[in-house]
Amino acid sequence: MHRMREIKSPKTYKDKAKAASAKAAALGEDVDVSAYVSSAEEQPYQDDPSKLPTKTKEDMLKVGIILDNTNQRSGTYIQMDNTPVHSSSGQEGIEVMAISQALEKHDWLADYWWRAVAVDTDKYTANVELSQHSGYFIRALPGYRTIYPVQSCLYLTKARLAQNVHNIIIAEEDSELHIITGCAAASSEEAGLHLGVSEFYLKRGAKVTFTMIHSWNPEVAVRPRTGIIVEEDAVFLSNYVIMKPVHSLQTNPVARCIGDNAVVRFSSILVAPPESNMDLGSRVFLNAKGAKTEIITRAITTGGNIIARGYIEGDAPNVKGHLECRGLILKEGGVIHAIPELKGNLAGVDLSHEAAVGKIAEEEIEYLMARGLTRTEATATIVRGFLRVDIEGLPPMLNTELQRAVEASEKDIM
Amino acid sequence: MDDILLSISQLSVAVEDKEILHGVDMVIRKGETHALFGPNGSGKSTLLMAIMGFPRYQVIKGNIAFKGKDITNLPLDERARLGIGMSFQRPPVVRGVKTLDIVAACLKGQGNQESIDKLAEEANMADFLGREINYGFSGGEIKRSELMQLLAQKPELSLLDEPESGVDLINIALIGELINELLEKNHLIRDRKHAGLIITHTGHILDYVNARTGYVMIEGRIIGEGDPHEILATIKEKGYKKCIECAK
Ligand SMILES: Nc1ncnc2c1ncn2[C@@H]1O[C@H](COP(=O)(O)OP(=O)(O)OP(=O)(O)O)[C@@H](O)[C@H]1O
Ligand SMILES: [Mg+2]
Repeated sequence: MHRMREIKSPKTYKDKAKAASAKAAALGEDVDVSAYVSSAEEQPYQDDPSKLPTKTKEDMLKVGIILDNTNQRSGTYIQMDNTPVHSSSGQEGIEVMAISQALEKHDWLADYWWRAVAVDTDKYTANVELSQHSGYFIRALPGYRTIYPVQSCLYLTKARLAQNVHNIIIAEEDSELHIITGCAAASSEEAGLHLGVSEFYLKRGAKVTFTMIHSWNPEVAVRPRTGIIVEEDAVFLSNYVIMKPVHSLQTNPVARCIGDNAVVRFSSILVAPPESNMDLGSRVFLNAKGAKTEIITRAITTGGNIIARGYIEGDAPNVKGHLECRGLILKEGGVIHAIPELKGNLAGVDLSHEAAVGKIAEEEIEYLMARGLTRTEATATIVRGFLRVDIEGLPPMLNTELQRAVEASEKDIM
Repeated sequence: MDDILLSISQLSVAVEDKEILHGVDMVIRKGETHALFGPNGSGKSTLLMAIMGFPRYQVIKGNIAFKGKDITNLPLDERARLGIGMSFQRPPVVRGVKTLDIVAACLKGQGNQESIDKLAEEANMADFLGREINYGFSGGEIKRSELMQLLAQKPELSLLDEPESGVDLINIALIGELINELLEKNHLIRDRKHAGLIITHTGHILDYVNARTGYVMIEGRIIGEGDPHEILATIKEKGYKKCIECAK
C-alpha cells in the first residue's frame, strides 16, 4: 500500500513559485485559486482497480480507461481527487507509479523537475509546486516498447476541489510508449479546478503517443501546463479530444525539438457546447536540423467559444512545419477564433498554415441530399467526417478507441 | 400514359432572380434515354438541377411531374428518394467524408462491404473508397465516382451531366458500360424501367449508349427535337442554330 508522501522539491523552486503565486496567466480567464479547497479526504488504495465503484468505472470508461479487464493495457495509474488509488505496470521495462513514489525511487528524477515547464510560468504552475498533490510517473526503459497503451486517469470527485497534479513522462532511448489519459469529473454540475503540469522527455529515437480525452462539466475550470522536450530522431504524437462542456479550459502546450529530425504532431478535436469556453493552442519550436511538425485542429461550436491557437517557430536548417485549423459553426451564438502563427528565423525553413472557419457549405449538404439523405443525415455525415482525423502512427487499437469516444459524443452535437 | 416517368411542361426557371429557362417541355418514358445538346451557357445543367430540385433553381412557371406525381415543390432529398438521381458536372469536395461513406449512403443501408467492393471494382474505383470524396480526383475519376454512386442509388431516372467530358478513350468505354448498366440496357426494351437524360457536347457517349430522342437547347429554350445522331451530325456540320430544321 502506497501512502501519499510530502514531495521534496528543491527550495529554489519553492521560492520561485512563491514569487509567481499571484502571476496571472498570459491567456485565459483568471481563475481565483483561493476560491477552491486545496485538500480532499484520502481515498483507499485499490490493488484491483476493477473493484472501484461501477459509476466510477463507467465515467472512466468514457474517457478511455478500461478497468474491468486490463489485459490490453501495459500499465494503469488512477488518481481520485488528490490521492493515487492505484498504480501498476503490466509490462517489463515500463514503470508506472505515483510521482511521489518515483521521486523516492529515482534520486535523479529531480533533474527532470520543472525542466520542460517553468515553475514560475504563472500562478497555476506555482500553485502546483506549492500545494502539490501527486500525479503520475510513466517511463519506458531504453529499447522497451509498450505493446498496449499505458492508461492514466485523473478523476475529480470532491466539490470545489483544486486538483493539483504534476506528471513526468520519460521515454528513454529507442523506447516506444503509448499512453491514454482520461480526465473526468464525477459530478455533472459541481465546480472544480484541475491544474495539471505534465513534463515529457523523449530521448534519442524514442516514440511517444499521448492520447488525452477530457470530460468535465459546465462548472469546472481546467489549466493544464505541458512541456515536451524531443531529442534526436524522437517522435511525439499528441491527440487531444474534448467534446463535453467545460466552464473554462485554457492550455498552450509547448514542444521543443532539440535534436535533429525530431518530429512532433498535435491533433486536437474540440467541440464547444453552449457556455463552454475553450482556449487551446499548441506551440512547437523547431530548434534542430530537419525537425518537423504538424498541428491539426478540428473545432466545432454548438454555441460555445473556441480559440484555437497554433504557433510554429523554426530556426534550424531544413525544418518543416504545417498548421491546419478547421472550424465549423453549427449553431448561432458560437464563436471560433483561429490564431495561427508562424515564425521563421532562417532561410530554408518551410512553414505554412491553412485555417478555415465557417458553417457547412450548403452545396455539400445538397450534394448528399441528392443521394437521398435528409438534411439532418447529410449534416451528420459531414460532421462525422469532419471529426474523423485518422491518426497516423497511432496503434490501430488506440485509433479505434479514440474514434469510438468521438462517436459516442457525436449525438450530443446534432 | 402510365409509362410516362418524367413530364415537364412550360417550365421556366430562374437562378438568383435571373430567368434562365423559358417554357421547356419534355416527356421521358420508362426505358428511354434522351440526349440534350446545346452550346455553353444555354441552360442544360440548369434544367437538370431544376428537375433534381436544387433550391437555388426556382421554378417560376410550369411544372414537373415524376411517375404521375407533381414534384414541382418537392424538396431535393424527397425527389432523390422518389427515384431521381444525378451525376454532377462539377461535384463539390466534402472534406472528411469518404467515398465509401457516400456509396454506403446511396445504398440506403442495403449494401455491405462486399457489394460496395463489387461496385467499386466495376467502376475501377477500388482505390478511391478510402479517399475523401472528390478531393484531388481527376476529371475522369470524378465521372466514374459519380456513376458508381448512381449505380448504388439505382434511380429510375438518371440525370447525367456531361458524363464523358474529360474522359480518355479507354475510360469512355467503361463510362458507357456503367451507364448502360444504370439504364438497364442489358434488359429487353419492354422490361426496362429506368430512364436517362444525358447532356453531351461531343456525342461520344452515344457510340456506347443508345439514345432515342435528342434535344437542342439554345438560350433556355428547346428549339429542336429529333433523332440524336441526326441532330449531332447537323450541329457538327452547320452549327446549333440550324437544328431548328432538323426538328421533326
Ligand atoms: N447564380 C447565377 N447567376 C446568374 N446567372 C447564372 C447563375 N448560375 C448560372 N447562371 C447562368 O445560367 C446560364 C445557364 O447555365 P448552365 O450551367 O445551365 O449552362 P450549360 O448549358 O450547362 O452550359 P455548359 O455547357 O457550359 O455546362 C449561364 O449563362 C450561366 O452563367
Ligand atoms: Mg453544364
